[in-house]
Amino acid sequence: MTAPMQLRGLTVRYGEQLAVRDVSWSVPSGLVAIIGPNGAGKSTLLKAALGLIPHEGEALFFGQPLDAVRHRVGYLPQRQSVDWDFPATALDVVCMARQPRSRWWGRLPAAERAAARAALAEVGLQDLADRPIGQLSGGQQQRVFLARCLAQQADLLLMDEPLAAVDAATEREIIRVLRRLVEGGRSVVAVHHDLASVPHVFQHALMLNVRSVAAGPVAEVFTPETIVKTYGAPVAA
Amino acid sequence: MILSHNTLIVMLGCALLGVAAGAVGCFALLRGRALMADAMGHAALPGVVGAAIVSALMGWDPRALPPLLLGGTVAGGLGLWAVQGLSATRIIRQDTAIAVVLASFYALGVVGLSVVQVLPGVAQAGLSHFILGQAATMRAEDAWAAGALALFCVLAVLALFPRLTALCFDAEFAALQGLRVAWVDAALLGLILLVCVAGLPAVGLVLVVALLVLPAATARLLNRRLPGMFATACAVGGASGLLGAMISAGHEGWPTGAAVVLVGVAFFVSALLVRGR
Repeated sequence: MTAPMQLRGLTVRYGEQLAVRDVSWSVPSGLVAIIGPNGAGKSTLLKAALGLIPHEGEALFFGQPLDAVRHRVGYLPQRQSVDWDFPATALDVVCMARQPRSRWWGRLPAAERAAARAALAEVGLQDLADRPIGQLSGGQQQRVFLARCLAQQADLLLMDEPLAAVDAATEREIIRVLRRLVEGGRSVVAVHHDLASVPHVFQHALMLNVRSVAAGPVAEVFTPETIVKTYGAPVAA
Repeated sequence: MILSHNTLIVMLGCALLGVAAGAVGCFALLRGRALMADAMGHAALPGVVGAAIVSALMGWDPRALPPLLLGGTVAGGLGLWAVQGLSATRIIRQDTAIAVVLASFYALGVVGLSVVQVLPGVAQAGLSHFILGQAATMRAEDAWAAGALALFCVLAVLALFPRLTALCFDAEFAALQGLRVAWVDAALLGLILLVCVAGLPAVGLVLVVALLVLPAATARLLNRRLPGMFATACAVGGASGLLGAMISAGHEGWPTGAAVVLVGVAFFVSALLVRGR
Protein backbone atom coordinates (compact mmCIF):
# COMPACT_ATOMS: atom_id res chain seq x y z
CA MET A 1 0.00 0.00 0.00
CA THR A 2 1.32 3.44 -0.86
CA ALA A 3 1.80 5.83 2.05
CA PRO A 4 -0.97 8.44 2.53
CA MET A 5 1.74 11.10 2.45
CA GLN A 6 5.36 10.96 1.51
CA LEU A 7 7.76 13.87 1.93
CA ARG A 8 11.05 13.97 0.04
CA GLY A 9 13.67 16.49 1.08
CA LEU A 10 11.13 19.09 2.15
CA THR A 11 12.89 22.38 2.94
CA VAL A 12 11.40 25.78 3.74
CA ARG A 13 13.37 29.01 3.98
CA TYR A 14 12.24 32.26 5.56
CA GLY A 15 14.84 34.58 4.11
CA GLU A 16 18.18 33.29 5.38
CA GLN A 17 16.55 31.20 8.09
CA LEU A 18 15.73 27.52 7.55
CA ALA A 19 12.30 26.79 9.00
CA VAL A 20 12.24 23.18 7.84
CA ARG A 21 15.37 21.38 6.74
CA ASP A 22 15.44 18.42 4.41
CA VAL A 23 12.62 16.38 5.93
CA SER A 24 11.96 13.05 4.27
CA TRP A 25 9.17 11.12 5.88
CA SER A 26 6.83 8.36 4.81
CA VAL A 27 3.66 8.85 6.81
CA PRO A 28 2.06 5.60 7.94
CA SER A 29 -1.70 5.02 8.21
CA GLY A 30 -3.34 5.66 11.56
CA LEU A 31 -3.20 8.48 14.07
CA VAL A 32 0.09 10.33 13.58
CA ALA A 33 1.51 13.23 15.59
CA ILE A 34 4.04 15.89 14.61
CA ILE A 35 5.77 16.92 17.82
CA GLY A 36 8.33 19.61 18.52
CA PRO A 37 8.95 22.88 20.35
CA ASN A 38 7.70 26.30 19.25
CA GLY A 39 9.41 27.38 16.06
CA ALA A 40 10.29 23.82 15.14
CA GLY A 41 8.48 24.20 11.82
CA LYS A 42 5.51 21.88 12.54
CA SER A 43 2.81 24.02 10.93
CA THR A 44 5.25 25.13 8.25
CA LEU A 45 5.90 21.48 7.36
CA LEU A 46 2.16 20.85 6.84
CA LYS A 47 1.68 24.02 4.80
CA ALA A 48 4.68 23.27 2.61
CA ALA A 49 3.48 19.70 2.04
CA LEU A 50 0.13 21.14 0.93
CA GLY A 51 1.85 23.62 -1.40
CA LEU A 52 0.55 26.66 0.50
CA ILE A 53 4.01 28.20 0.95
CA PRO A 54 7.14 28.19 -1.21
CA HIS A 55 9.38 25.20 -0.52
CA GLU A 56 11.96 22.84 -1.94
CA GLY A 57 11.49 19.12 -2.21
CA GLU A 58 8.24 17.34 -2.93
CA ALA A 59 5.21 15.84 -1.25
CA LEU A 60 3.25 12.91 -2.65
CA PHE A 61 -0.21 11.91 -1.49
CA PHE A 62 -1.22 8.30 -2.07
CA GLY A 63 1.75 8.17 -4.44
CA GLN A 64 0.58 11.11 -6.53
CA PRO A 65 1.04 14.89 -6.60
CA LEU A 66 -1.61 16.83 -4.67
CA ASP A 67 -3.34 18.15 -7.79
CA ALA A 68 -4.30 14.62 -8.82
CA VAL A 69 -5.83 13.69 -5.44
CA ARG A 70 -7.05 16.98 -3.97
CA HIS A 71 -10.41 15.49 -2.96
CA ARG A 72 -8.67 12.81 -0.88
CA VAL A 73 -6.75 15.27 1.29
CA GLY A 74 -8.45 17.31 4.04
CA TYR A 75 -7.01 20.16 6.07
CA LEU A 76 -7.78 21.73 9.42
CA PRO A 77 -5.90 25.01 9.83
CA GLN A 78 -5.25 26.72 13.15
CA ARG A 79 -8.37 28.37 14.52
CA GLN A 80 -6.70 31.81 14.74
CA SER A 81 -5.99 31.76 10.99
CA VAL A 82 -9.45 33.13 10.12
CA ASP A 83 -11.65 36.02 11.20
CA TRP A 84 -14.43 34.57 13.39
CA ASP A 85 -16.38 37.79 13.00
CA PHE A 86 -17.18 36.72 9.43
CA PRO A 87 -20.93 36.90 8.67
CA ALA A 88 -21.62 33.16 8.58
CA THR A 89 -23.29 30.47 10.65
CA ALA A 90 -21.63 27.25 11.76
CA LEU A 91 -23.44 25.46 8.92
CA ASP A 92 -22.26 28.06 6.37
CA VAL A 93 -18.63 27.37 7.31
CA VAL A 94 -19.01 23.60 7.04
CA CYS A 95 -20.83 24.02 3.70
CA MET A 96 -17.66 25.61 2.29
CA ALA A 97 -16.08 22.16 2.35
CA ARG A 98 -18.86 20.82 0.10
CA GLN A 99 -18.78 23.64 -2.46
CA PRO A 100 -16.24 22.15 -4.88
CA ARG A 101 -18.16 18.87 -4.97
CA SER A 102 -21.02 20.50 -6.79
CA ARG A 103 -19.87 23.71 -8.48
CA TRP A 104 -18.56 27.14 -7.64
CA TRP A 105 -21.73 29.10 -8.37
CA GLY A 106 -25.35 29.26 -7.32
CA ARG A 107 -26.97 27.73 -4.27
CA LEU A 108 -25.44 24.66 -2.72
CA PRO A 109 -27.63 21.61 -3.53
CA ALA A 110 -29.72 20.23 -0.66
CA ALA A 111 -27.76 16.97 -0.58
CA GLU A 112 -24.51 18.89 0.02
CA ARG A 113 -26.11 20.93 2.81
CA ALA A 114 -27.35 17.70 4.37
CA ALA A 115 -23.81 16.30 4.28
CA ALA A 116 -22.56 19.45 6.01
CA ARG A 117 -25.26 19.08 8.68
CA ALA A 118 -24.21 15.46 9.22
CA ALA A 119 -20.61 16.58 9.74
CA LEU A 120 -21.76 19.09 12.36
CA ALA A 121 -23.70 16.30 14.10
CA GLU A 122 -20.54 14.17 14.19
CA VAL A 123 -18.87 16.76 16.39
CA GLY A 124 -22.01 17.27 18.48
CA LEU A 125 -22.90 20.72 17.15
CA GLN A 126 -26.15 19.89 15.32
CA ASP A 127 -28.12 22.25 17.60
CA LEU A 128 -25.79 25.19 16.88
CA ALA A 129 -25.88 24.88 13.07
CA ASP A 130 -27.64 28.21 12.59
CA ARG A 131 -25.67 30.17 15.17
CA PRO A 132 -23.29 32.91 13.90
CA ILE A 133 -19.73 31.71 14.31
CA GLY A 134 -18.79 34.85 16.23
CA GLN A 135 -21.14 33.79 19.02
CA LEU A 136 -19.52 30.37 19.51
CA SER A 137 -17.00 29.61 22.24
CA GLY A 138 -13.40 28.82 21.31
CA GLY A 139 -13.98 25.10 21.75
CA GLN A 140 -17.12 25.21 19.62
CA GLN A 141 -15.27 27.14 16.90
CA GLN A 142 -12.59 24.45 16.93
CA ARG A 143 -15.29 21.80 16.47
CA VAL A 144 -16.82 23.78 13.57
CA PHE A 145 -13.40 23.66 11.91
CA LEU A 146 -13.18 19.94 12.64
CA ALA A 147 -16.64 19.46 11.10
CA ARG A 148 -15.55 21.38 7.99
CA CYS A 149 -12.53 19.09 7.77
CA LEU A 150 -14.75 15.99 8.19
CA ALA A 151 -17.15 17.29 5.54
CA GLN A 152 -14.32 17.10 3.00
CA GLN A 153 -14.66 13.30 3.40
CA ALA A 154 -10.97 12.94 2.73
CA ASP A 155 -8.88 9.80 3.26
CA LEU A 156 -6.00 11.75 4.77
CA LEU A 157 -6.65 14.62 7.17
CA LEU A 158 -3.87 17.07 8.01
CA MET A 159 -4.65 18.97 11.20
CA ASP A 160 -2.78 21.94 12.62
CA GLU A 161 -3.13 21.85 16.41
CA PRO A 162 -6.66 20.41 16.59
CA LEU A 163 -6.41 20.28 20.39
CA ALA A 164 -4.94 23.76 20.95
CA ALA A 165 -6.63 25.90 23.61
CA VAL A 166 -9.73 23.77 24.09
CA ASP A 167 -11.24 22.67 27.40
CA ALA A 168 -10.96 19.08 28.63
CA ALA A 169 -14.46 18.09 27.47
CA THR A 170 -13.85 19.41 23.93
CA GLU A 171 -10.49 17.64 23.87
CA ARG A 172 -12.13 14.30 24.74
CA GLU A 173 -14.79 14.90 22.08
CA ILE A 174 -12.20 15.70 19.40
CA ILE A 175 -10.02 12.70 20.30
CA ARG A 176 -13.11 10.49 20.07
CA VAL A 177 -13.78 11.82 16.55
CA LEU A 178 -10.14 11.28 15.52
CA ARG A 179 -10.20 7.66 16.78
CA ARG A 180 -13.42 6.98 14.90
CA LEU A 181 -11.87 8.36 11.71
CA VAL A 182 -8.89 6.04 12.01
CA GLU A 183 -11.14 3.06 12.78
CA GLY A 184 -12.98 3.94 9.56
CA GLY A 185 -9.74 3.55 7.62
CA ARG A 186 -8.77 7.23 7.38
CA SER A 187 -5.36 8.60 8.27
CA VAL A 188 -4.87 11.62 10.51
CA VAL A 189 -1.68 13.66 10.84
CA ALA A 190 -1.93 16.24 13.63
CA VAL A 191 0.47 18.88 14.85
CA HIS A 192 0.46 18.38 18.59
CA HIS A 193 1.88 20.33 21.51
CA ASP A 194 0.81 18.47 24.65
CA LEU A 195 3.52 15.89 25.32
CA ALA A 196 1.63 14.22 28.18
CA SER A 197 -1.20 13.03 25.95
CA VAL A 198 0.96 11.74 23.08
CA PRO A 199 1.27 8.06 24.15
CA HIS A 200 -2.42 7.39 24.70
CA VAL A 201 -3.72 9.32 21.67
CA PHE A 202 -1.25 8.69 18.85
CA GLN A 203 0.20 5.56 17.26
CA HIS A 204 3.03 7.15 15.31
CA ALA A 205 5.03 10.34 15.68
CA LEU A 206 7.47 12.59 13.90
CA MET A 207 9.76 14.39 16.33
CA LEU A 208 10.65 17.64 14.58
CA ASN A 209 12.97 20.49 15.33
CA VAL A 210 13.62 22.06 11.93
CA ARG A 211 15.12 18.68 11.04
CA SER A 212 13.50 15.34 11.58
CA VAL A 213 14.87 14.03 14.90
CA ALA A 214 13.03 10.72 14.91
CA ALA A 215 10.03 9.11 13.24
CA GLY A 216 8.19 5.87 13.87
CA PRO A 217 5.79 4.14 16.27
CA VAL A 218 5.23 6.20 19.41
CA ALA A 219 6.48 3.37 21.62
CA GLU A 220 9.84 3.50 19.83
CA VAL A 221 10.43 7.17 19.15
CA PHE A 222 8.69 8.89 22.07
CA THR A 223 11.53 8.23 24.51
CA PRO A 224 13.19 10.51 27.06
CA GLU A 225 16.30 10.68 24.88
CA THR A 226 14.54 11.82 21.72
CA ILE A 227 12.40 14.26 23.70
CA VAL A 228 15.54 15.87 25.10
CA LYS A 229 17.08 15.80 21.65
CA THR A 230 14.00 17.48 20.17
CA TYR A 231 13.29 20.02 22.89
CA GLY A 232 16.48 20.39 24.91
CA ALA A 233 19.38 20.83 22.58
CA PRO A 234 18.49 22.99 19.62
CA VAL A 235 19.32 21.21 16.40
CA ALA A 236 21.94 23.12 14.45
CA ALA A 237 20.52 24.38 11.17
CA MET B 1 -39.17 70.92 -3.72
CA ILE B 2 -39.74 70.24 -7.41
CA LEU B 3 -37.28 67.80 -8.94
CA SER B 4 -36.13 68.83 -12.38
CA HIS B 5 -35.43 66.29 -15.09
CA ASN B 6 -31.72 66.89 -14.60
CA THR B 7 -31.93 66.32 -10.84
CA LEU B 8 -33.77 63.05 -11.42
CA ILE B 9 -30.99 61.86 -13.73
CA VAL B 10 -28.35 62.75 -11.17
CA MET B 11 -30.29 60.97 -8.41
CA LEU B 12 -30.73 57.87 -10.54
CA GLY B 13 -27.06 57.85 -11.53
CA CYS B 14 -25.86 58.22 -7.93
CA ALA B 15 -28.29 55.57 -6.70
CA LEU B 16 -27.05 53.04 -9.27
CA LEU B 17 -23.46 53.89 -8.42
CA GLY B 18 -24.35 53.26 -4.77
CA VAL B 19 -25.79 49.84 -5.60
CA ALA B 20 -22.59 48.86 -7.43
CA ALA B 21 -20.47 50.12 -4.55
CA GLY B 22 -22.60 48.25 -2.01
CA ALA B 23 -22.32 44.99 -3.95
CA VAL B 24 -18.54 45.16 -4.36
CA GLY B 25 -17.98 46.83 -0.97
CA CYS B 26 -19.21 43.76 0.95
CA PHE B 27 -16.32 41.66 -0.25
CA ALA B 28 -13.86 44.57 -0.28
CA LEU B 29 -14.57 44.94 3.44
CA LEU B 30 -14.41 41.21 4.25
CA ARG B 31 -11.13 40.88 2.35
CA GLY B 32 -9.70 43.93 4.15
CA ARG B 33 -9.25 45.96 0.97
CA ALA B 34 -10.61 49.35 2.13
CA LEU B 35 -7.18 51.00 2.25
CA MET B 36 -6.31 49.51 -1.11
CA ALA B 37 -9.49 51.01 -2.57
CA ASP B 38 -8.53 54.40 -1.14
CA ALA B 39 -5.12 54.13 -2.80
CA MET B 40 -6.67 53.18 -6.15
CA GLY B 41 -9.04 56.15 -6.04
CA HIS B 42 -6.20 58.58 -5.36
CA ALA B 43 -3.90 56.89 -7.86
CA ALA B 44 -6.46 57.50 -10.62
CA LEU B 45 -5.92 61.29 -10.61
CA PRO B 46 -2.73 61.50 -12.71
CA GLY B 47 -4.40 59.19 -15.22
CA VAL B 48 -7.40 61.51 -15.49
CA VAL B 49 -5.07 64.46 -16.00
CA GLY B 50 -3.03 62.57 -18.59
CA ALA B 51 -6.18 61.60 -20.46
CA ALA B 52 -7.34 65.25 -20.45
CA ILE B 53 -4.04 66.27 -22.06
CA VAL B 54 -4.42 63.61 -24.74
CA SER B 55 -8.05 64.67 -25.33
CA ALA B 56 -7.01 68.31 -25.70
CA LEU B 57 -4.19 67.45 -28.09
CA MET B 58 -6.52 65.29 -30.19
CA GLY B 59 -9.09 68.08 -30.28
CA TRP B 60 -11.81 65.98 -28.54
CA ASP B 61 -14.38 67.39 -26.12
CA PRO B 62 -12.30 67.65 -22.93
CA ARG B 63 -15.42 67.09 -20.79
CA ALA B 64 -16.21 63.69 -22.35
CA LEU B 65 -15.97 61.18 -19.53
CA PRO B 66 -14.94 57.92 -21.28
CA PRO B 67 -11.32 58.94 -22.08
CA LEU B 68 -10.91 60.50 -18.62
CA LEU B 69 -12.21 57.39 -16.86
CA LEU B 70 -10.09 55.15 -19.05
CA GLY B 71 -7.03 57.19 -18.04
CA GLY B 72 -8.13 56.93 -14.39
CA THR B 73 -8.50 53.16 -14.67
CA VAL B 74 -5.03 52.76 -16.15
CA ALA B 75 -3.43 54.92 -13.46
CA GLY B 76 -5.47 53.25 -10.68
CA GLY B 77 -4.36 49.87 -12.02
CA LEU B 78 -0.74 51.05 -12.05
CA GLY B 79 -1.13 52.17 -8.44
CA LEU B 80 -2.53 48.76 -7.52
CA TRP B 81 0.35 47.06 -9.30
CA ALA B 82 2.83 49.29 -7.47
CA VAL B 83 1.29 48.43 -4.08
CA GLN B 84 1.34 44.69 -4.84
CA GLY B 85 4.89 44.89 -6.15
CA LEU B 86 6.18 46.86 -3.16
CA SER B 87 4.49 44.56 -0.62
CA ALA B 88 5.70 41.43 -2.40
CA THR B 89 9.30 42.43 -1.71
CA ARG B 90 8.51 41.92 2.01
CA ILE B 91 10.94 44.76 2.74
CA ILE B 92 8.09 47.13 3.55
CA ARG B 93 4.65 46.40 4.99
CA GLN B 94 1.55 46.63 2.85
CA ASP B 95 0.05 49.59 4.71
CA THR B 96 3.31 51.50 4.17
CA ALA B 97 3.25 50.61 0.49
CA ILE B 98 -0.35 51.83 0.24
CA ALA B 99 0.48 55.13 1.92
CA VAL B 100 3.50 55.72 -0.32
CA VAL B 101 1.64 54.93 -3.53
CA LEU B 102 -1.46 56.91 -2.55
CA ALA B 103 0.56 60.00 -1.68
CA SER B 104 2.90 59.92 -4.64
CA PHE B 105 0.23 59.32 -7.30
CA TYR B 106 -2.05 61.95 -5.76
CA ALA B 107 0.74 64.54 -5.53
CA LEU B 108 1.65 63.85 -9.15
CA GLY B 109 -1.99 64.35 -10.11
CA VAL B 110 -2.31 67.64 -8.21
CA VAL B 111 0.84 69.05 -9.82
CA GLY B 112 -0.44 67.84 -13.19
CA LEU B 113 -3.76 69.58 -12.56
CA SER B 114 -2.19 73.01 -12.16
CA VAL B 115 0.20 72.48 -15.07
CA VAL B 116 -2.50 71.50 -17.56
CA GLN B 117 -4.73 74.49 -16.76
CA VAL B 118 -2.77 76.49 -19.36
CA LEU B 119 -3.57 74.01 -22.13
CA PRO B 120 -6.42 75.25 -24.35
CA GLY B 121 -9.66 73.41 -23.62
CA VAL B 122 -8.45 71.60 -20.50
CA ALA B 123 -9.30 74.47 -18.15
CA GLN B 124 -12.97 74.01 -19.04
CA ALA B 125 -12.88 70.27 -18.40
CA GLY B 126 -13.49 70.83 -14.69
CA LEU B 127 -10.85 68.30 -13.70
CA SER B 128 -10.68 69.59 -10.11
CA HIS B 129 -14.19 68.19 -9.66
CA PHE B 130 -12.63 64.74 -9.68
CA ILE B 131 -11.20 65.48 -6.25
CA LEU B 132 -14.42 66.26 -4.38
CA GLY B 133 -16.99 65.14 -6.94
CA GLN B 134 -19.61 67.09 -8.86
CA ALA B 135 -22.60 64.97 -9.77
CA ALA B 136 -24.63 67.96 -10.91
CA THR B 137 -22.86 67.80 -14.28
CA MET B 138 -24.02 64.21 -14.77
CA ARG B 139 -25.76 63.74 -18.12
CA ALA B 140 -28.32 61.15 -19.18
CA GLU B 141 -25.70 58.97 -20.83
CA ASP B 142 -23.61 59.04 -17.63
CA ALA B 143 -26.62 57.78 -15.66
CA TRP B 144 -27.06 54.98 -18.21
CA ALA B 145 -23.38 54.13 -17.85
CA ALA B 146 -23.79 54.01 -14.06
CA GLY B 147 -26.75 51.68 -14.56
CA ALA B 148 -24.73 49.37 -16.77
CA LEU B 149 -21.92 49.42 -14.21
CA ALA B 150 -24.29 48.58 -11.35
CA LEU B 151 -25.82 45.71 -13.30
CA PHE B 152 -22.39 44.38 -14.21
CA CYS B 153 -21.06 44.61 -10.63
CA VAL B 154 -24.13 42.95 -9.08
CA LEU B 155 -24.12 40.15 -11.66
CA ALA B 156 -20.36 39.64 -11.37
CA VAL B 157 -20.52 39.44 -7.57
CA LEU B 158 -23.51 37.07 -7.72
CA ALA B 159 -21.75 34.85 -10.25
CA LEU B 160 -18.62 34.72 -8.09
CA PHE B 161 -20.46 34.60 -4.75
CA PRO B 162 -19.28 31.19 -3.45
CA ARG B 163 -15.76 31.83 -4.73
CA LEU B 164 -15.54 35.27 -3.15
CA THR B 165 -16.96 33.91 0.10
CA ALA B 166 -14.39 31.12 0.19
CA LEU B 167 -11.58 33.58 -0.62
CA CYS B 168 -12.58 36.07 2.08
CA PHE B 169 -13.21 33.56 4.85
CA ASP B 170 -10.22 31.26 4.42
CA ALA B 171 -8.07 31.73 1.32
CA GLU B 172 -5.70 28.85 2.13
CA PHE B 173 -8.51 26.38 2.60
CA ALA B 174 -10.10 27.56 -0.66
CA ALA B 175 -6.79 27.15 -2.48
CA LEU B 176 -6.48 23.59 -1.18
CA GLN B 177 -9.90 22.83 -2.56
CA GLY B 178 -8.64 23.78 -5.99
CA LEU B 179 -9.99 27.33 -6.15
CA ARG B 180 -7.77 29.60 -8.22
CA VAL B 181 -7.38 32.08 -5.40
CA ALA B 182 -5.10 34.47 -7.28
CA TRP B 183 -7.64 34.85 -10.08
CA VAL B 184 -10.59 35.41 -7.75
CA ASP B 185 -8.56 37.93 -5.76
CA ALA B 186 -7.62 39.74 -8.98
CA ALA B 187 -11.27 39.78 -10.07
CA LEU B 188 -12.28 41.34 -6.76
CA LEU B 189 -9.55 43.99 -7.04
CA GLY B 190 -10.68 44.68 -10.61
CA LEU B 191 -14.25 45.24 -9.46
CA ILE B 192 -13.05 47.54 -6.67
CA LEU B 193 -10.99 49.54 -9.18
CA LEU B 194 -13.99 49.75 -11.50
CA VAL B 195 -16.25 51.15 -8.76
CA CYS B 196 -13.58 53.60 -7.56
CA VAL B 197 -12.98 55.03 -11.03
CA ALA B 198 -16.68 55.12 -11.91
CA GLY B 199 -17.37 56.98 -8.67
CA LEU B 200 -14.74 59.67 -9.31
CA PRO B 201 -16.82 62.23 -11.28
CA ALA B 202 -19.77 62.13 -8.89
CA VAL B 203 -18.24 61.44 -5.48
CA GLY B 204 -14.62 62.42 -5.96
CA LEU B 205 -11.43 60.54 -5.18
CA VAL B 206 -11.23 61.69 -1.57
CA LEU B 207 -14.56 60.15 -0.59
CA VAL B 208 -15.03 57.31 -3.07
CA VAL B 209 -13.69 54.76 -0.57
CA ALA B 210 -16.55 55.70 1.78
CA LEU B 211 -19.01 54.68 -0.92
CA LEU B 212 -17.54 51.17 -0.77
CA VAL B 213 -17.12 50.93 2.98
CA LEU B 214 -20.19 52.58 4.54
CA PRO B 215 -23.01 50.52 2.97
CA ALA B 216 -21.10 47.29 3.58
CA ALA B 217 -20.26 48.19 7.18
CA THR B 218 -23.88 49.19 7.82
CA ALA B 219 -25.10 45.93 6.31
CA ARG B 220 -22.64 43.91 8.40
CA LEU B 221 -24.14 45.39 11.58
CA LEU B 222 -27.66 44.40 10.55
CA ASN B 223 -27.02 40.88 9.22
CA ARG B 224 -25.68 37.61 10.55
CA ARG B 225 -25.18 35.98 7.17
CA LEU B 226 -23.51 37.03 3.94
CA PRO B 227 -26.50 36.87 1.51
CA GLY B 228 -28.48 39.24 3.74
CA MET B 229 -25.45 41.49 4.16
CA PHE B 230 -25.06 41.66 0.38
CA ALA B 231 -28.71 42.59 -0.25
CA THR B 232 -28.69 45.19 2.54
CA ALA B 233 -25.45 46.75 1.29
CA CYS B 234 -26.87 47.15 -2.22
CA ALA B 235 -30.03 48.75 -0.78
CA VAL B 236 -28.14 51.07 1.60
CA GLY B 237 -25.70 52.05 -1.16
CA GLY B 238 -28.57 52.83 -3.54
CA ALA B 239 -30.48 54.80 -0.91
CA SER B 240 -27.39 56.79 0.07
CA GLY B 241 -26.75 57.74 -3.55
CA LEU B 242 -30.39 58.69 -4.15
CA LEU B 243 -30.89 60.74 -0.98
CA GLY B 244 -27.43 62.31 -1.10
CA ALA B 245 -27.94 63.51 -4.67
CA MET B 246 -31.38 64.86 -3.76
CA ILE B 247 -30.10 66.77 -0.74
CA SER B 248 -27.16 68.19 -2.67
CA ALA B 249 -29.45 69.30 -5.50
CA GLY B 250 -31.64 71.17 -3.01
CA HIS B 251 -28.74 73.08 -1.48
CA GLU B 252 -26.72 75.31 -3.75
CA GLY B 253 -23.03 74.54 -3.55
CA TRP B 254 -23.20 71.31 -1.52
CA PRO B 255 -20.84 68.81 -3.13
CA THR B 256 -22.74 65.66 -4.06
CA GLY B 257 -20.01 63.30 -2.89
CA ALA B 258 -20.01 64.74 0.61
CA ALA B 259 -23.82 64.67 0.78
CA VAL B 260 -23.92 61.01 -0.35
CA VAL B 261 -21.27 60.06 2.18
CA LEU B 262 -23.04 61.91 5.01
CA VAL B 263 -26.27 60.03 4.25
CA GLY B 264 -24.22 56.82 4.32
CA VAL B 265 -22.79 57.83 7.69
CA ALA B 266 -26.34 58.47 8.96
CA PHE B 267 -27.32 54.93 7.92
CA PHE B 268 -24.21 53.54 9.60
CA VAL B 269 -24.80 55.38 12.87
CA SER B 270 -28.47 54.32 12.88
CA ALA B 271 -27.39 50.70 12.40
CA LEU B 272 -24.88 51.07 15.25
CA LEU B 273 -27.65 52.38 17.52
CA VAL B 274 -30.00 49.54 16.50
CA ARG B 275 -27.28 46.97 17.19
CA GLY B 276 -26.25 48.64 20.43
CA ARG B 277 -29.68 48.30 22.00
